[in-house]
Amino acid sequence: MPLTKHLNVAIIDSNPALGSRPYFNKEDPPDPRVSTVTPATISFFKDVGAWQYIEQHRHAYFDKMQVWDYTGLGYTRYNAQDINKEVLGCVVENKVLHGSLLSCIENTDFQKTIYPSKLSSMTLPPSPSSLGMDSTSSRPPLSSQRHLAKLELSDGNSLYTKLVVGADGGKSRVRELAGFKTTGWNYSQNAIICTVEHTVENGCAWQRFLPAGPIALLPMGDNFSNIVWTMNPKESTNRKLMNEDEFVKDVNNALDYGYGPHPTSSLFGSGEMFSWPRAGVTLSANDCFEVPPKVVKLASERMVFPLSLRHASDYVSKHVVLIGDAAHTVHPLAGQGVNMGFGDAFALSRVIAEGIAVGSDIGEVTVLKKYEAERKPANIMMMGILDGFQKAYSVDFGPLNILRAAALHGAHFISPLKRSIISYASGEQKLPLFT
Amino acid sequence: MASKLVRHSHLRALSFSINNYIRSPHFSTPNRAPLSYRLFSNASSSSSSSARPDKSTGGFQRASSLKDLELTKFASIAETWWDSEGPFKPLHVMNPTRLAFIRSTLCQHFSKDPNSARPFEGLKIVDVGCGGGILSEPLARMGATVTGVDAVEKNIKIAHIHADLDPVTSTIEYCCTTAEKLVEEDRKFDVVIALEVIEHVANPAEFCKSLAALTVPDGATIISTINRSMRSYATAIVAAEYLLHWLPKGTHEWSSFLTPEELVLILQRANITVREMAGFVYNPLTGRWSLSDDISVNFIAFGTKNCQ
Repeated sequence: MPLTKHLNVAIIDSNPALGSRPYFNKEDPPDPRVSTVTPATISFFKDVGAWQYIEQHRHAYFDKMQVWDYTGLGYTRYNAQDINKEVLGCVVENKVLHGSLLSCIENTDFQKTIYPSKLSSMTLPPSPSSLGMDSTSSRPPLSSQRHLAKLELSDGNSLYTKLVVGADGGKSRVRELAGFKTTGWNYSQNAIICTVEHTVENGCAWQRFLPAGPIALLPMGDNFSNIVWTMNPKESTNRKLMNEDEFVKDVNNALDYGYGPHPTSSLFGSGEMFSWPRAGVTLSANDCFEVPPKVVKLASERMVFPLSLRHASDYVSKHVVLIGDAAHTVHPLAGQGVNMGFGDAFALSRVIAEGIAVGSDIGEVTVLKKYEAERKPANIMMMGILDGFQKAYSVDFGPLNILRAAALHGAHFISPLKRSIISYASGEQKLPLFT
Repeated sequence: MASKLVRHSHLRALSFSINNYIRSPHFSTPNRAPLSYRLFSNASSSSSSSARPDKSTGGFQRASSLKDLELTKFASIAETWWDSEGPFKPLHVMNPTRLAFIRSTLCQHFSKDPNSARPFEGLKIVDVGCGGGILSEPLARMGATVTGVDAVEKNIKIAHIHADLDPVTSTIEYCCTTAEKLVEEDRKFDVVIALEVIEHVANPAEFCKSLAALTVPDGATIISTINRSMRSYATAIVAAEYLLHWLPKGTHEWSSFLTPEELVLILQRANITVREMAGFVYNPLTGRWSLSDDISVNFIAFGTKNCQ
């Protein structure tokens, strides 16, 4: 963006990956830390010229998705063709995402400095409405740093800046130092993630809701898949420690006949109601239920993460703005977290460019509030929906199970609803309904 | 940020109505609204405004176009200029929209690159009635050499203090003076901007002549104000001052408002041709202002000084 090219940017991050040019050995199995990026995020990356670097490394597009649960009462399949697109998303290892963004920065001409250190303290300037009138008509001595925020780093450096962007994750130090309040709760669930291998290539994203939490199988290309399995903390400790063969058996059980039967292809009789050709019916409505490919081998270590929901009550204050997980942390069950974060980043950069176009001071709250007004409602809505899913699927109660199944059926067969859901989850649409 | 600017057809319609207004037989009747008399009578226009004794010279200074009452109104709330939640909040909220119009018209007129972060490099701009510097600072950040003038001493002090906080804005020249005094000092500028000022002056016609005298030939003059219409009475006076309390009561006097036709005419008489005009419209749901063709309440006009 030409309007922001003159800005001087400092990146403060102690992650060692930022220091060296990343080299990915193609022989290694994929890292278990992956993100599923939506088409909206893919187009953001293309806009800044970073996607080309991702395509040079391992990445896996997928165009099909299947969601079902343990009750065997229903299932739903999504296909990118339902909304006339080619992909539903792409699964990329986090280290590849980092590497591509780093390459992109290095090849773009603007002033940037990377500080491989941590933030120890932050001092914000006082607000100008408290300016005194006691000085005489002569100008007060020029103190060029008075209107800037001061950051002190753990390596001893001091930085002065107009705007601090807190993009430092769920345990954000910037958020803590700036005094933003948060609300939220911990889910009594942990997630185990790992890479597994099949005998065939997996081209579909699978998610099955089990009594203790969903298990997701995401394609990574080359016969590998990524597993994100949510369960209660005791089980997660057990599963992390059990031997690999037992774990692989457990996974196949969870994806196949464990905990409950396969759903029949249709709950309300076979698709006679929907079998005649009708304009507007989605392609995937006619798909039968499929069993995911069998896992034959564990291909990485198993990592365990606690899950929680957290939301900052404000995203902005003078000179400080929060984006990504620092502003909102969500359940991984729909693969939305990092995409919300990228959405924040792009909205903020656009708001800053608009502010510069009219000569605003980019640290001013009036400018930053525009970013908050755009992102907060969208993020809160997504968080509400995800939290709703988490709660709806955490109860095993007959009538509720049937309601859930009916909802799944509706999502599968009612085409306009299905299209809305896919568009919303792909980031193409701002609201799940009513566009 | 798309600025919707009035097409030439609108301006043609305006000048048509102006011509009709002049030829109207009611024009010369003394019973007409006192405003028209104030506007169009050339005789004794200076003496009708307040003349204050100037202590330094011992005589009467040349009459300033400002009304004393207006000055005290602003002096009393000077400290709150930069409090974006204070009495000047509506101005802070409207500011980016005004700047969008200014940026668009000036970039076009002076052939500057609209994609540059500092498109006004090399332009000398005077902000007449700058207040606390709400407009002057963004103009300086956009690269202009800015002079801000205001008749209220307190405002200039506040403007100095705030501008000194940022090296980019500390180059703004602030003076506690009036447009007329600047004319006497023979100052000239590429762009003369007077936003939300003309509704507070005693003699708008003379004020416009001063603004024109400050502008170089083929330079730009930008004026914004509030239209004198039923709608503006309902929104800018009743709603803004009495119902929503956006502005302190008595900030504006409806009879001092100018219609776009009147403004175009007095600018024409001052050798300035209005080229673009746009309105500001407030959306209560989003709380934001945007540019539009609707000039029934707030409007802004961009004109150029005729080359002699």
